[in-house]
Amino acid sequence: MEFLQSIFVTPFVEIVDSPYFFFEVFFGGLMAGVMYSLVALGFVLIFKASGVFNFSQGVMVLFAALNFVGLLEHGVPIWLAFLITMAIMTALAFAVERLVLRHLVNQEPIILFMATIGLAFFLEGFGETLWGSEIKPLEVGIPNDVWFMGDAMIQQADVFAAVVAGAMVTVLALFFHYTRVGRALRAVADDHQAALSIGIPLNHIWIIVWAVAGVVALVAGILWGSKLGVQFSLSVIALKALPVLILGGFTSIPGAIIGGLIIGAGEKVAEVYWGSVFGGAIEEWFAYIVALVFLFFRPQGLFGDKIIERV
Amino acid sequence: MEFRKMALAAVASAVGLAGIAATAYADQPIPALVYRTGAYAPSGIPLANGYLDYFAMINERDGGVNGVPLAVEECDTGYATDRGVECYDRTKGTGGGATVYSPWSTGITYALIEKATNDKIPILSMGYGRTSAANGKVFPYVFNFPATYWSQATSVVQYIANEAGGLDKLKGMRFAYIYLDHPYGKEPIPTLDVLAEKFGFTYDKYPVPPASMTEQKSIWLQIRKTKPDYAIMWGWGAMNGTAVREASNIRFPMEKFIGNWWSGGNDAVVPAGKGSIGYKSATFHGVGTGFDAYKDVEAMYAAGKGSSADKAEHNNPLWARGFANAAYIVEAIRTAQAKFGNRQISGEEMRWGLENLDLSEERIAEMGMTGYIPPLKITCENHEGDNPAILVQQWKGDKWEIISDWVPAMTEVVAPLIEQDSAQYASENNITPRSCN
Repeated sequence: MEFLQSIFVTPFVEIVDSPYFFFEVFFGGLMAGVMYSLVALGFVLIFKASGVFNFSQGVMVLFAALNFVGLLEHGVPIWLAFLITMAIMTALAFAVERLVLRHLVNQEPIILFMATIGLAFFLEGFGETLWGSEIKPLEVGIPNDVWFMGDAMIQQADVFAAVVAGAMVTVLALFFHYTRVGRALRAVADDHQAALSIGIPLNHIWIIVWAVAGVVALVAGILWGSKLGVQFSLSVIALKALPVLILGGFTSIPGAIIGGLIIGAGEKVAEVYWGSVFGGAIEEWFAYIVALVFLFFRPQGLFGDKIIERV
Repeated sequence: MEFRKMALAAVASAVGLAGIAATAYADQPIPALVYRTGAYAPSGIPLANGYLDYFAMINERDGGVNGVPLAVEECDTGYATDRGVECYDRTKGTGGGATVYSPWSTGITYALIEKATNDKIPILSMGYGRTSAANGKVFPYVFNFPATYWSQATSVVQYIANEAGGLDKLKGMRFAYIYLDHPYGKEPIPTLDVLAEKFGFTYDKYPVPPASMTEQKSIWLQIRKTKPDYAIMWGWGAMNGTAVREASNIRFPMEKFIGNWWSGGNDAVVPAGKGSIGYKSATFHGVGTGFDAYKDVEAMYAAGKGSSADKAEHNNPLWARGFANAAYIVEAIRTAQAKFGNRQISGEEMRWGLENLDLSEERIAEMGMTGYIPPLKITCENHEGDNPAILVQQWKGDKWEIISDWVPAMTEVVAPLIEQDSAQYASENNITPRSCN
């Protein structure tokens, strides 16, 4: 009886008793979700254009941030370091296409997936060789103060990250809808064979999409790195993006954002109000439970392409 | 082009280091199970450098221990238990047999207890588990001085009581205990339970899953709501920096936030920048370069023999920990040599040296390490030492500063727990505790 009460009564009483705190938890969760979305976005871009689940996306976040902070440490101005790192990520996209993807065209998706696992370990080791393993603090002027709304505390850094993520999604949406390259990307995403038949060069598209995913990784790396310092644990944040992808769909950019918000807010609210019932640390698996439940009803995710089998 | 140069330089330096490791091999073999790679490398690198620097200093300054040079051979475990065991197997026979191992991982220590005991090679698990290995009757080859996790937990509570004005002031206090959801983080919970009952405080547990060390927002929101009197942390790796950052985000008073000794490296405070000023942690050794023996370290660096790429690393408590760890090993070798002769000693002889280690204030002064390590005496029964205690250090924004005297552990609380746990281990493993008479 006590157990049922702690699940069905006590949390709601606490929410009503302290609405400001609930707002703070909910809003904090949304902001955390935005950060997950940024990582998920990189996965979506590559999957959409090439059908490859890029296991190395988390390590790309780390690799981009390592290069960025490494350049800053050598006295390169922020804007130039950003541009150089973008160039490095583009070069990486070239290398991946030339050395990995090109040789695996028409292979099973699982083979491509395995290749990205190899890429992840290579990039991690290469980044460590180039820049060392120490934690590198990253200071790029992101505001670090707080606002109060009633008793609820809002972190300015979280809001900043949300604005950056919003701007990035807008730019990507415009890019996909209003540029020639964007239209080609969408064509490839819809049907590889059809895109090839009208002369869209698949290899170029792959390079572009990996490069864009690299830039998204750079932005995510800067935002996460500003919070925690640039360190090797950054690569594991990819794990936080997986339930977001399951929920939002592997092919939908808005899905990555909405999925991130739902997962972020859901896991924080669950942890704070129901975590103690299960001994704490439930947010780790709660996100996956939510994603699994969605899988039962919408295997393609909230905004993923509908699966149509023609007989 | 610059990128290529940097890559070549990195590869060249890696090859150079490998060369040094291979050629440094000489008389008294000391395998070093370091973790310079992987997610935990930010902690492992300064630890390994401090460890190597002390041995190198002894070789450089004294020509070794009583003329026997120390041959340190690194093996990188990446902080992974399987690799640690592999490193042990690969290095235990080199140069006539390993002298001693410091596994620098509770997981590796657990995996090696039986193997090392069979091989008669002692383990000095300084600052790691297993806590009940302090009972030398059950664990003849494992040592965990100068203080165990359980002793540390009691010392932290004692420190809080000292700040509050006495143990009686703990009654009614509320603490937050933030810990890695792992056997390491759970290890002090039985001790905290005993202390909570004894002194009348309560504490809320906040486990941090190892796979989500960098996401603690919900924990710190709860702490903001419950407003505990103190927050105590048993953290590791990226968890430390994240916790300090989140604590600073919610404006938790940092002088009321105390980490254990693995939450007290630069990796815990650097990511949070100015927000981490005031944060405290336990330590079982001094910090900084203000001790006499450091002059010899400087001389060694001047001769180009040091391990750290940047001497600023010597202000990192983890460098100091590796340095202190090596100092204890050298003193145990000296002790063994006094009995067995000034020659290479075996693992079994090293165990004797460790069990008869008696570091007085006078000897510590001769070592040039007054205040840096505590006096201690190890016996056959007691492998933790007779004087478990911690210091409390505080982050000042650019360096750690020791802000307390030695805070003694509550041995009357810890001893029965050690007795109970080691008895259980002995019964599960069919071990008949040896006699120390």
